[in-house]
Amino acid sequence: MNIGLPIVAKDPTAQFELHKLAQLKIGNLDLSFTNSALMMLVSLACIALWFLLSSKKELIPGRAQSVLELSYEFIADMLQSSTGKEGMRFFPLVFSIFAFILFANMLGMIPFFFTTTSHIIVTFALAMIVMCVVIGFGVWKNGFGFLKLFWPAGIPIAIKPFVSLLEVISFISRPISLSVRLWANMFAGHILLKLFAGFAISMFAAGGLTAVGSIVPFGLTLALIPLEFLVAFVQAYVFALLTSVYLSDALHPGHH
Amino acid sequence: MEAEAAKYIGAGIACLGMAGAGIGLGHIFGNYLAGALRNPSAAQGQFSNLIFGFAVTEALGIFSFAVALILMFVL
Repeated sequence: MNIGLPIVAKDPTAQFELHKLAQLKIGNLDLSFTNSALMMLVSLACIALWFLLSSKKELIPGRAQSVLELSYEFIADMLQSSTGKEGMRFFPLVFSIFAFILFANMLGMIPFFFTTTSHIIVTFALAMIVMCVVIGFGVWKNGFGFLKLFWPAGIPIAIKPFVSLLEVISFISRPISLSVRLWANMFAGHILLKLFAGFAISMFAAGGLTAVGSIVPFGLTLALIPLEFLVAFVQAYVFALLTSVYLSDALHPGHH
Repeated sequence: MEAEAAKYIGAGIACLGMAGAGIGLGHIFGNYLAGALRNPSAAQGQFSNLIFGFAVTEALGIFSFAVALILMFVL
């Protein structure tokens, strides 16, 4: 079944390439406006639009207001169960992180849109924001008592130095695991989608029996897409949840 | 051995890490189901813990998958 058109599947990593949309060079710094920056602005615009259209302050909420209140309660409950009552001061930070990652992940699922969180530098920046807030607030509130985080209570003194060393290593690995978890999920998920779609395309272009068999990778891609939507939501939720857990460490160091 | 061949062999070996993630996930969900069958009313309360445990375990499997993908497509 020769279509006569040159059907070639693209390299699955081509979707992660940055394209400069507007050049901007300040000295040696390349601050061009890329497609990644555009998608971040689009996420921001979507969040702002969502809030503007849903904030009606009616006593009996309509549909949009209900959804907004549900998401508020969802994150507020999660934050309060991790950090307690005084943790609500971090609610704007945690909700912003959750909303930004959720919208960035979801917008990446739209065809031809770029996934900002599929670049490690973006997720690493988010994780470093969280860790800097944790360390900064921990030191500001507890002073040197913040180091009680690495000297846990209730451990026999004989093994305390080793446990302390392990706690330090585990603390340093937090921003790494936080950023790599989100990045790897987005990177691997999108590569899987493009890879199987590429198989479907190249099998179809080969013609004959392989063209009939191309229904298999096509069906697999189809099944992967709802999974990727689920992963997008779960990863945003887990990032926010871990942020809350680390913030509770800043609020009450040494209490696991 | 050429670098190309070593890349592909390394990518294959890196995928073995997903076995551990699979076992861990089965463990988590199996325990949740067993607990939910014993105490169905308490199951909904633990659902967010389930999702959290799923995400952190899946993360390690995806780390190894990402290493395989990096070897295949980036290096």
